[in-house]
Amino acid sequence: MDVDSILGAIFSFDNYGELLVLVQNSLWAGAILGLLGGLVGTFVMKRDLAFAVHGISELSFAGAAFALLVGADVVFGSLIGSVAAALLLGLMGVRARDKNSIIGVIMPFGLGLGILFLSLYQGRAANKFGLLTGQIVSVDTVQLQVLAGTAVAVIAVLLAIWRPLNFASLDAEVAEARGVPVRTLGVVFMVLLGVSVALSIQVVGALLVLALLITPAAAAMRVTSSPVATVVLSVVFAVTATVGGILLALGGRIPISPYVTTLSFLIYVVCRVVGSLRLRQGANGRVLKASLQP
Amino acid sequence: MKSVVSLSGASLKFGQRTLWEDLDLDIRPGEFFAVLGPNGSGKTSFLKVLLGLQKLHAGQAILGGRPVERGSRLIGYIPQQKSFPADTPMRARDIVGLGVDGHRWGLRLSAAKTNRRIDELLEVVGATEYAKVPVGQLSGGEQQRLRVAQALATDPQVLLCDEPLLSLDLHHQQAVSALINKQCREQDSAVVFVTHEINPVIDYVDRVLYLAGGRFKVGTPEDVMTTEVLSDLYESNVEVIRANGRIVVVGLPDATTHHHTHDHELAREVA
Repeated sequence: MDVDSILGAIFSFDNYGELLVLVQNSLWAGAILGLLGGLVGTFVMKRDLAFAVHGISELSFAGAAFALLVGADVVFGSLIGSVAAALLLGLMGVRARDKNSIIGVIMPFGLGLGILFLSLYQGRAANKFGLLTGQIVSVDTVQLQVLAGTAVAVIAVLLAIWRPLNFASLDAEVAEARGVPVRTLGVVFMVLLGVSVALSIQVVGALLVLALLITPAAAAMRVTSSPVATVVLSVVFAVTATVGGILLALGGRIPISPYVTTLSFLIYVVCRVVGSLRLRQGANGRVLKASLQP
Repeated sequence: MKSVVSLSGASLKFGQRTLWEDLDLDIRPGEFFAVLGPNGSGKTSFLKVLLGLQKLHAGQAILGGRPVERGSRLIGYIPQQKSFPADTPMRARDIVGLGVDGHRWGLRLSAAKTNRRIDELLEVVGATEYAKVPVGQLSGGEQQRLRVAQALATDPQVLLCDEPLLSLDLHHQQAVSALINKQCREQDSAVVFVTHEINPVIDYVDRVLYLAGGRFKVGTPEDVMTTEVLSDLYESNVEVIRANGRIVVVGLPDATTHHHTHDHELAREVA
């Protein structure tokens, strides 16, 4: 395979207009998941749950693989797997250290189960691969409606608990003293996270879910400390990565996930460079008294 | 004058260990009340009782005329200084904002009003010049000023402080304790100040609750911080020396060792 044919496989814009009409549903699905990932991701970062997302996604993968094996709905299977994992973490791992070791135990177990179910599965190989790497191209209208409905529900709950969750995530001790139900909010957020992971797996697959739920928020936090700007940028980055990834992937023969994860990664790199340049300049918003004097 | 915090017959036990028993106490508005004692003597648990996070084993705790309850708006809470991670997506003013409306459900809709309140609070603690600096880039002392502003957000009648000066340098210890004293004198808030070291606040303290070895003593620093009283509490020879308005306690039994022997005794009893 020469360079030209590799490039041809990755980027191809033949009959682009016609293709675009065909993937309208996928684009919408990508935008919705970007919005969801961007919002949830900011809390994942504040609560230091990056590793948890990975653990949840592996169990979600196991659930999806089991559903595939027994002929049940795959999305439902992955939802069960990830919510179960999220609840387990939310209820058991109170301390960060605890949490990390529990995740370290759960993750290989989930992945192992998933591989077991997939090896037993006799159907199309593409279905297997899709669970790990994502398959957003063939989203029908019903699937899109389910996806949108679930995402709206998750976002609605997230907005309702926004301020106390923020307080609890940044300063659990003081929040508790102010009467914020810190522990309950933690469990509720884990459920929201579990559902978000299950939905995101449909686009980018179990292995790459971090690209939607961590990278955009992490990138945003590199360039701003304003809470509002962090959320807005995180959503913009996530939507750019998903929708942009789908648009780039249209003509090629490759799954969508590498485009999404690469875009996401590039955004992060740019933000990191910008952030460290700014830090070096020392401009952090402090009003120096000296500068006021003649 | 009516008391704002009142304990009667209050006891706290963990398993077989009694932290304190039959504690009767009234704290008045505008009083600076220090809680002293070695590690594990139940100082922090004392605050947890007032915060409604720890149930008494016996007795009653009243705050503002009502039994203590979680999340009371009468209370402002200042914790130990713990640094925020460097990449925390919050600026100084956002930390203060948590104190203003962080406990409410939903999103902040009335931004103008909240921002005015935040500006006032920043002014009070002298943090205006770094209002927009990311909190992770501030020094420990600067962060602790923000905690004070956060705690003052509800105009509390009682300020509960849990070792707020710990790990601050001398300059910031003075600044932060002066801020707390100011709230005490000018706004008539009662201050309950848990500390293992009385000297940074010795000029402000009206009364002391000294907890040690399952017993306690309440009174003015002059009455409590004496060789006789502390030797009695610790059940060993402790010497209190006063110099330049500071109090030095010499010969304190090591709290940790004390603990271990205690646990060993318990273990032997159980066995």
